[in-house]
Amino acid sequence: MSVHAVAHAPLDHPHPGARQYIIIAVILSVVTAIEVAVYYFPPLHPILAPILIVLSAFKFSIVVMYYMHLKFDARLFSGMFLFGLSAAAFTIIMFIALFHGLVPIGAPSPAAPH
Amino acid sequence: MQNVAAAPPVHIVPPVPVEEHPTATGLNNRKVLMWAFLASDCMFFGALIATYLVYRGKWTGHPVPTDVFDIPYTSVSAFALLMSSLAMVLALAAIQHGQIRRLKIWLLTTAGLGLVFIGGQIYEFTSFGHEGLTLASGTGGTTFFVLTGFHGTHVSLGIAWLLSLFVMAQRGVMHEGRSLDVEIAGLYWHFVDIVWIIIFTVVYLIPVNMAP
Repeated sequence: MSVHAVAHAPLDHPHPGARQYIIIAVILSVVTAIEVAVYYFPPLHPILAPILIVLSAFKFSIVVMYYMHLKFDARLFSGMFLFGLSAAAFTIIMFIALFHGLVPIGAPSPAAPH
Repeated sequence: MQNVAAAPPVHIVPPVPVEEHPTATGLNNRKVLMWAFLASDCMFFGALIATYLVYRGKWTGHPVPTDVFDIPYTSVSAFALLMSSLAMVLALAAIQHGQIRRLKIWLLTTAGLGLVFIGGQIYEFTSFGHEGLTLASGTGGTTFFVLTGFHGTHVSLGIAWLLSLFVMAQRGVMHEGRSLDVEIAGLYWHFVDIVWIIIFTVVYLIPVNMAP
């Protein structure tokens, strides 16, 4: 691999300024308020879990893209972070599948000869 | 007659420029290292969250975590941590524009909001303990305290990091050329924030009977 003379990859876009950061904080605050409000609104309880997961995923993405600058920084950083995030998500999903009966474990093997 | 020995020479130390070394990727090695660490920390918290979810609804011991949660109180803590992320990016914007006084204000604000969160967590843990939920009271207490306790430890380390940056700024060491130091600390701090976004939803807000 060749050695480049520059230590920073040039940014495609400049980082957001203070005004954009404050707008993002307002959006995050509103979404958090909606999360808590939904929690106390019984008619939405049948679909509470999907709503909360979508809202928190939205907040997560906003912070990662704008406050952590992944939207503007080198793709390598996004790749590294997504790798770790995917491994974590895979671990969580597989553990839930294994221990909550979605995947049968410990079942007798079919018709083993004695 | 001139007295050259009367006044000691005044040494004005100019800000030390930060040398950027060439790297194979063209990216700053410290920033690459921080992202690698954050990726590994994702897996660390993924394992802890998975363990909590595996035991959720099958807890042993009494009380269980959801019996003692105080959602309005924890919502305020979550809001404080969210706002600390805003203060952190404002600190970064300040040093990128060479505004050291603003940098110091926003670093202290970030650390202060982090302390509010940690203070809230200490109070929460203490009140849970009084109600009988402890690290050893059952699988509910164990999985809850290990997960949130490790997150709290991360926040505490972040506060120490921010305060060390503040002390450096106070001593005149920080300048526009060292904005990467603040950016890397910021990456860590925002990561702590996004982990709490997940914990707050998965552990506190989603009721047990709706969890997988």
